[in-house]
Amino acid sequence: MTAQLKFSNVTLGYDRHPAVHHLNGEIAAGSLLAIVGPNGAGKSTLFRGIVGILKPLAGTIGLGDLKPREIAYLPQSVDIDRTFPISVFDFVGTGLWRSTGLFGGLGKKAGRQIADALAAVGLNGFENRTIGTLSGGQMQRMLFARVLLQDARVIVLDEPFNAIDAKTSADLIGLVRHWHAERRTVLAALHDMDLVRANFPETLLLARGAVAWGATSQVLTADNLLEARRMCEAFDDGAHACAIDAARPRAA
Amino acid sequence: MIYDALIAPFIDFEFMRRALAGVIALALGGAPIGVFLMLRRMSLVGDAMAHAILPGAAVGFLFSGLNLFAMTFGGLIAGFSVALLAGLVSRVTEIKEDASLAAFYLVSLALGVTIVSMRGTNIDLLHVLFGNILAMDDQTLLVIAFNATITLVILAVIYRPLVIECVDPVFLRTVSRAGAPAHLAFLALVVINLVNGFHALGTLLAVGLMVLPAGIARFWSRDITGMMMIAVASAAISGYLGLVLSFQTKVPSGPAIILVAAALYVVSVLFGTVSGLVRQLFPGRHLEA
Ligand SMILES: Nc1ncnc2c1ncn2[C@@H]1O[C@H](COP(=O)(O)OP(=O)(O)OP(=O)(O)O)[C@@H](O)[C@H]1O
Ligand SMILES: [Mg+2]
Repeated sequence: MTAQLKFSNVTLGYDRHPAVHHLNGEIAAGSLLAIVGPNGAGKSTLFRGIVGILKPLAGTIGLGDLKPREIAYLPQSVDIDRTFPISVFDFVGTGLWRSTGLFGGLGKKAGRQIADALAAVGLNGFENRTIGTLSGGQMQRMLFARVLLQDARVIVLDEPFNAIDAKTSADLIGLVRHWHAERRTVLAALHDMDLVRANFPETLLLARGAVAWGATSQVLTADNLLEARRMCEAFDDGAHACAIDAARPRAA
Repeated sequence: MIYDALIAPFIDFEFMRRALAGVIALALGGAPIGVFLMLRRMSLVGDAMAHAILPGAAVGFLFSGLNLFAMTFGGLIAGFSVALLAGLVSRVTEIKEDASLAAFYLVSLALGVTIVSMRGTNIDLLHVLFGNILAMDDQTLLVIAFNATITLVILAVIYRPLVIECVDPVFLRTVSRAGAPAHLAFLALVVINLVNGFHALGTLLAVGLMVLPAGIARFWSRDITGMMMIAVASAAISGYLGLVLSFQTKVPSGPAIILVAAALYVVSVLFGTVSGLVRQLFPGRHLEA
């Protein structure tokens, strides 16, 4: 198993405050990894680091031969301007960015791909609706359709099933399993432990640092979850500079 | 009769033909830009930038009188610097662009008027503030046409990243680096088209043929392509009818054009098919599914 993502002593945060602290480890290519942890544990922060919109304060995130722009990313709260007059079809079509680039028109083939993606998430018939008219769950389905079109080797989903009904989340989980079967690497931040146990072979329990990381059944124990919950959420404005880096100067 | 009112002026007088050509070029370039300004909620930013152009054009005027190239050059420089400054300020400090731009509004206007008055007459001042599309020479017309062409070409290049940056900026950031350059190119286009409008309609009204047609379009179409078509069409129609109105009634041409656009806007607010007032009051019976 080759490593797809490699965290070497990664610290990610905001204004020098660490939200993910000295994380080490590897994610093998083709894994299906759940990332769980209490609110404020740093799950979203870790994802922002992986897709390259947040620079690590220290350490590195190795992507192997992959470029950050080749990762499909579904953020937790999407910053979408829903009043913008764009159709579901065109919006999902932006997922083809890598093949169409700046100019390439959406030809017949692209049209078929988009239609297939919409069908895969159960949004047939919504092509010409503007995105502002979708319900929350339909919106989420549409975002999955775009991820589908991005055809990425690594897919990062931040709490993709929030406020989604059982039927829709079952459909979308099906899609995630399908990606796993296609040997793509899928990372998902989740709060529903039953869902994680049922579908994700591996889990990272995160609480600023890794509390436990490995086979899901061994990670999601009562002890570990309690340990994770003890993590303090708030940043301490009076905190001193982290000593670990000083003791081990950035030689590597 | 109708022929006399609507067509004869353009057949009989060359300056009317030239004005018409100028106004159509303005519509082609400016209206799509206006649509993007509206969709990015930057209409007032556009207005403030129109004022920022004045001191630059005025400095050009100070050095070489009502010289086309000096004033264009000055206006472009001033517009670009303000656009860049405002963009930087908002990117660095998280203050919204419009807030930092609002400060330029009054300062620029006062500065520009002062500079023009230092050398020019009141006629010059009126020319700078309200333009004079009926007195356009060939050179001005060429500059306007050139700018409109450039605008359409660049807009075609940055169209997709621009749209994605409006709808879902985080997505654009994760798939491409094109976001920031596209935004800057767009600001440049805004400036170019404001300078264009400045020649024809003057500082105070330059933004009118960009913002009003966009406002009109919003009431008739739900998708962006349709909006741009309608915006261009309504800008061209306003230009044409405004020229006719100005010819028949001696209303100055710039204000006449903007007044026609404003009238179309009011009609659209009332009767537009997309959330027009009448539509909202009498929506018709609800459907089965
Ligand atoms: N933009 C930001 N600026 C400053 N601090 C932030 C920012 N975003 C997150 N934080 C802080 O970083 C820490 C980790 O946040 P993060 O969003 O990664 O948590 P999370 O694990 O995704 O939580 P949740 O389950 O609530 O989504 C939190 O303490 C949060 O307050
Ligand atoms: Mg989160």
